[in-house]
Amino acid sequence: MRTAESDLKDIKELMERSSRFISLSGLSGVFAGIYALIGAFLAHLYLLPINELERSGNSDTINQLPYMILIAGSVLVFSLITAIWFTTRNAAKKKQKIWDRNSKLMLWNLAIPLFAGGCFVIILLAKGTYDLVAPSMLVFYGLALINGSKYTLNDIRYLGYCEIILGLLAAWFSGNGLLFWSIGFGLLHIVYGAVMYRKYER
Amino acid sequence: MKNPIQGLHKEFENRIKLGIMSVLMVNDSIDFNELKDILQVTDGNLASHINALEKKEMIAVKKQFVGKKPNTSYSATINGRTAFSEHLNALENLINKT
Repeated sequence: MRTAESDLKDIKELMERSSRFISLSGLSGVFAGIYALIGAFLAHLYLLPINELERSGNSDTINQLPYMILIAGSVLVFSLITAIWFTTRNAAKKKQKIWDRNSKLMLWNLAIPLFAGGCFVIILLAKGTYDLVAPSMLVFYGLALINGSKYTLNDIRYLGYCEIILGLLAAWFSGNGLLFWSIGFGLLHIVYGAVMYRKYER
Repeated sequence: MKNPIQGLHKEFENRIKLGIMSVLMVNDSIDFNELKDILQVTDGNLASHINALEKKEMIAVKKQFVGKKPNTSYSATINGRTAFSEHLNALENLINKT
């Protein structure tokens, strides 16, 4: 016989499943973190000799911007490809569609703050305010996660809070952008992704 | 003492009707095929339960054209929301009583 308890359980599950995209894979977070750390390491290697030159006062001729953009762009592209791959696999396992109204809503809501942040960072770069680039990326990314959390696993909200706090710290302790960037996009992603994988996919 | 099953609505006793209402409580509006996917039921089965809920004015039906295709979407009425909330409360009361 059906009980009130099983009814309530079904209702809760249906409400969750119909209003959120639950197939977002934790493994994509782990890999995004690893790519970010590799990228940060490459950037660090590249910057070492430049910092030396700066200290001796003749760095005017070196433009590091294209190289940095190339690294950041590659990290983003590889992360997205990996995320799509793992999430498609996870969706098949959960028998959820990857391209439904909830994944669209999730992406759209993630995209709004990300787009604003992207424009903001480009303006900072154009004006030469490099100190605030990493903090802005972290803060806008955090806002995007919180905005998107309504349409996917609610847990990404907490990752969002952490990114915002980290971004503000990075703005305060300026000059350590790369370090904070590595923690926010590298370490936090790995920790978050591993926790999500254990919680929902095993 | 208040009767614990007083708030139970027999309109929602059926499993599929319960499912339809659950989905509509958290989505502003949803179309037939999306609902079918989520609940994993057949066309005919879903249609008959939707009709029953519509007759009781628990849900509202909106027919429109998306391009050239007809599209039917559903949403919960205020009436339906209130009734379903009462139903949920009654279910919770039942659990707490035992």
